[in-house]
Amino acid sequence: MNGPHDMGGMQCYGPVEPEIDEPVFHGEWEKRALAITVAMGAAGMWNLDQSRFARENLPPVAYLSSSYYQIWLAGLESLMKARGMVNGAELESGKLEISAVQTKRPAPDRAAMGVALAAGGPVSRETSTQPAFAPGEPIVARNHHPQGHTRLPRYVRGRPGIIAAVQGFHVFPDANADGQGEDPHWLYSVAFRARDLFGAGSHEVFVDCWEPYLERAVE
Amino acid sequence: MGKDDGHDHHDHEHSHLEGMELKVRTLESLLVEKGYVDPGALDEIVETYETRVGPRNGAKVVARAWSDAAYLERLREDATAAIAELGFSGRQGEHMRIVENTAEVHNMVVCTLCSCYPWPVLGLPPVWYKSAPYRSRAVSEPETVLAEFGVKLPEGKTIRVWDSTAEMRYLVIPERPPQTQGWDEEQLAALVTRDSMIGTGLALSPGAASGQAT
Repeated sequence: MNGPHDMGGMQCYGPVEPEIDEPVFHGEWEKRALAITVAMGAAGMWNLDQSRFARENLPPVAYLSSSYYQIWLAGLESLMKARGMVNGAELESGKLEISAVQTKRPAPDRAAMGVALAAGGPVSRETSTQPAFAPGEPIVARNHHPQGHTRLPRYVRGRPGIIAAVQGFHVFPDANADGQGEDPHWLYSVAFRARDLFGAGSHEVFVDCWEPYLERAVE
Repeated sequence: MGKDDGHDHHDHEHSHLEGMELKVRTLESLLVEKGYVDPGALDEIVETYETRVGPRNGAKVVARAWSDAAYLERLREDATAAIAELGFSGRQGEHMRIVENTAEVHNMVVCTLCSCYPWPVLGLPPVWYKSAPYRSRAVSEPETVLAEFGVKLPEGKTIRVWDSTAEMRYLVIPERPPQTQGWDEEQLAALVTRDSMIGTGLALSPGAASGQAT
């Protein structure tokens, strides 16, 4: 989706403002917002790509005027409401109105959560296929503008690049966010020249691109 | 925020913050009541990222890479496994890759689409990393962004920007500062800042390390 989250190459947001001695959290609510979001992910009712899409899919004004953890909370509420896990009145009042739905996985306790955090959730998958592209090969990033989730940023679409590395065979976010299953594909690191992306600059930008994002360059 | 923010603005910020505290407390108690989350699990998550996981983990990886050629080779081959050797693994670090700064190349990392960041080695990302100014311009004008961090690279150095769009997470291995021959890993790790492992900073020079923040 061409949403406000896709910020690469925008010029309207002003300078970066690093905060000296920044705390890990700015207030108690940020801690709890992180914890609730991570813990709810363990219920198995949505995957990482669905949660990213829920955040991207906020109204643009809300996305751009919310802090990071406010965006997380808004995304979380939207995911839960869509699955009938809570309703709007409950979110307003905090009073239980509809009974809990059966989650795919039970809520982990403290010990189980510690184990889960340390284990993470690898997205690499087994395959018997071979990658279509090899390092050094020229490609063009597809010029596509899907309505749903994608991890191909707008600033590289339609632009030429070179395969820099094969990064493994990974869950494909576009399908996974759309509830079509993991549909894994080969993942590549693709090097783009700044002057091909922005018309100027001597640097290179490396973007992780799944195979369906790429087309063979024609001479 | 500028220093001339008015009193009204502070009042607004204050009530806004109280509003968020109330909102999140309400949500948390609702989710606990419904049995969706366990309060102990929430505490475990907060404690993990507040006290156990942070950029000093990454600094140990860098110090080892600077000191031990065989370890650096393992990082190049399979960074996830080599970092796990030091006990750092897990969520947002499932697929790690190192990128090495040299006399010719400077690397910096961004996530233009959200906030992808290697939690097990750097902790949770700072606000600027998640902000629109950094996400938008790191890919298009990295020299200007580096200047905003006070970093000026030597003429002729190539910048490589890594946009973390998949689950690959990048750790920059900064250049080892000169005059550190014979330093042990603990001394070296003290020269490694968080920003130097994102590429928006450089490792500290000997003598500048005392009193640095994490």
